[in-house]
Amino acid sequence: MTDRARPSYWHGEKAASDRPTGSRGRKLDIFLQLTLNGLAVGCIYGLVALGFVLIYKATELVNFAQGDLLMLGAFVCYMAVVWWGLDYWLSFLIAVLAVAAFGALLDAVLLRRVIGQPQFAVVMLTIGLGAVFRTFASVTWGSEIYTLPTPFGGVTRIAGVTISHQYLSIIVGTLILCSVLYGFFNHTRIGVAMQATSQNQLAAYYMGIPVKRIFSMIWAISAGVATAAGVLLAPVTLIDINMGLAVALKAFAAAVLGGFGSIPGALVGGIVIGLIELYAGATLPDGFKDTAPYIVLLVMLVVRPQGLFGTPGRKKV
Amino acid sequence: MRFPFKTSYEQDTRLFRDRIDASWYVLLAALVVLLPAVLPAYYVGETTWVFIYAITGVSLMVLVGYTGLVSLGHAAFLGIGAYAHAFFIEHGVPWVVSAAMAVTLATACGLVVGLPALRMTGIYLAIATLAFSVIIQEVFSRWESVTHGLSGMAVPKAHIFGVSFGGETAFYYLCLFFLVLALWLTRNLLRAPTGRAWIAIRDSEIAAQSMGVNLAIYKSIAFAYSAGLMGLAGVLFAHKIAFLAPDIFTILLSIQLLLLVIVGGLGSLHGAVFGAIFVALLPPVIAILRDSIPASFHDFSAASGLAPIGWFGDAIGNFLKKPGVEAGIFGVILVLVILLEPLGMYGRWVKIRIFFSTFPMYKRATFKRQRSYMKTERLR
Repeated sequence: MTDRARPSYWHGEKAASDRPTGSRGRKLDIFLQLTLNGLAVGCIYGLVALGFVLIYKATELVNFAQGDLLMLGAFVCYMAVVWWGLDYWLSFLIAVLAVAAFGALLDAVLLRRVIGQPQFAVVMLTIGLGAVFRTFASVTWGSEIYTLPTPFGGVTRIAGVTISHQYLSIIVGTLILCSVLYGFFNHTRIGVAMQATSQNQLAAYYMGIPVKRIFSMIWAISAGVATAAGVLLAPVTLIDINMGLAVALKAFAAAVLGGFGSIPGALVGGIVIGLIELYAGATLPDGFKDTAPYIVLLVMLVVRPQGLFGTPGRKKV
Repeated sequence: MRFPFKTSYEQDTRLFRDRIDASWYVLLAALVVLLPAVLPAYYVGETTWVFIYAITGVSLMVLVGYTGLVSLGHAAFLGIGAYAHAFFIEHGVPWVVSAAMAVTLATACGLVVGLPALRMTGIYLAIATLAFSVIIQEVFSRWESVTHGLSGMAVPKAHIFGVSFGGETAFYYLCLFFLVLALWLTRNLLRAPTGRAWIAIRDSEIAAQSMGVNLAIYKSIAFAYSAGLMGLAGVLFAHKIAFLAPDIFTILLSIQLLLLVIVGGLGSLHGAVFGAIFVALLPPVIAILRDSIPASFHDFSAASGLAPIGWFGDAIGNFLKKPGVEAGIFGVILVLVILLEPLGMYGRWVKIRIFFSTFPMYKRATFKRQRSYMKTERLR
């Protein structure tokens, strides 16, 4: 369940701790190395958390199947690259589109029916869906661990810091994706309509915004973002049916850390969780790597229950 | 048709609704007590699982179904109860003392987790309990002097006052005793002011507060009581499973426990028992189907001369043999229950009962849910 069951896959941290830690410069190098890898890992958490937050802001549903959408996306891309022999970028596009369409379908067929039911019921519904997706993946693609061939194999050395292109691709990909989403939400008609819908559903209806279609589109975007995260993550963690679960739990922590419902909060929360994870793995005793993010989260929830970027308030009767 | 005629308010808080109701329960009790005499040992063992799961169900029902607090980490309390009991037994503590200490420890942990929970609601609480269970699971695997870490911990059979409860039948009665105890305690709490306060908190925190319910106290009681019951279930769980390993008490188990109360029916103790029957008996049923479906389909195709039916049976058998299919079947059932019958098995049972008791006059609209338009849980 936790990452312990899987091979220690964020290899940056291993490489860093193996090196002799004599001089001061070395320590700085290791620190930079950890920061870079932590940023990359955090970007993935941030992207998945972004998916949570997008759906939550619009529909008030909490989608626990986000991690499994990520897994499905990675598998679709793997299938396109390895089984069908397509180009990496084309496969990436196919995976994003396919899973986005699937997300929209999911909303139209299932999740639209449970809007207005208690939040808890919806959480359980998506947990159930996640289990179904994992079973589907294990029946369709098998339960082995797969490697996705990517064009990012090499490393670059800058002033003693080794930058793996896989990690770099994650950071750059996240930046591109975020700026595209930012532009979309602020400068297109549909994006503004989405913002309006998430602020006030009823008023959005009155303004002639097709709220149901907007919801489906948000699901599609969120599933697409999850897929992008999955494909970027695939070379690092390798692909298997449980890859989404470990990521989703931490991404969930990230979303809560940032204040559920805040998009910049989700990204910042993701990066914070990623950095904490790697720093704790390198400096603290064994076992803290997986738990440190949660310890920080618990402390955070006790001190500031609304999260870093959330606004406190009271429910009205 | 039977009309319960109310003559006093105390009627609403009776242990049983009326004599007829009580006699049904006596009949059920007699049936359950006599069951091991007729069932083969294997099925007695499976029924014991039902009892253990039912205790966990009662525990979660108090928290989720009655107080409206969602916990995604209750497997941690089950684990605390199980590990504590196994540890004390290993150090020669008598069974009753050991079980009592394990339950107390779980209750204390519940209180500690419950304290920050007082400030959180909904999804924040769920993630906080999830974080707690991840940390506890790590503790189970790292604190090797107590839990033996990843190599696991063997649990001996139960010995109480020199009497061995190692046999399937004896352990069956032990679990039955504790289930009845748990149900009786919980039912009594629920019909007392504590239970009414819990229900008030579930339905509206603000309304409960303005009626004078102290949210902090009653939420803490709910958390501690639920954790304590989970610890009790953990004690029995440890004996039943006989070997504890940290990867038993994962979030998947927590989810399975939540599935139990949802499929059973939130907000009723019957639901906890129904859900336990479902969760405990589905895996053996799948295992039986896995072998019997291809065989029976083959018999049918041989008898009727239709070969495709045999292939179809093989396909189903092969599908059920794949790893992880069980989780998928649980998932499908969970999705269907939430979409089609949010009140779970107990809700369906009530509908059927009312259909017959009001026979020609049954109206579907009795159970029609009111759809709320954008019932926001978001603050601001």
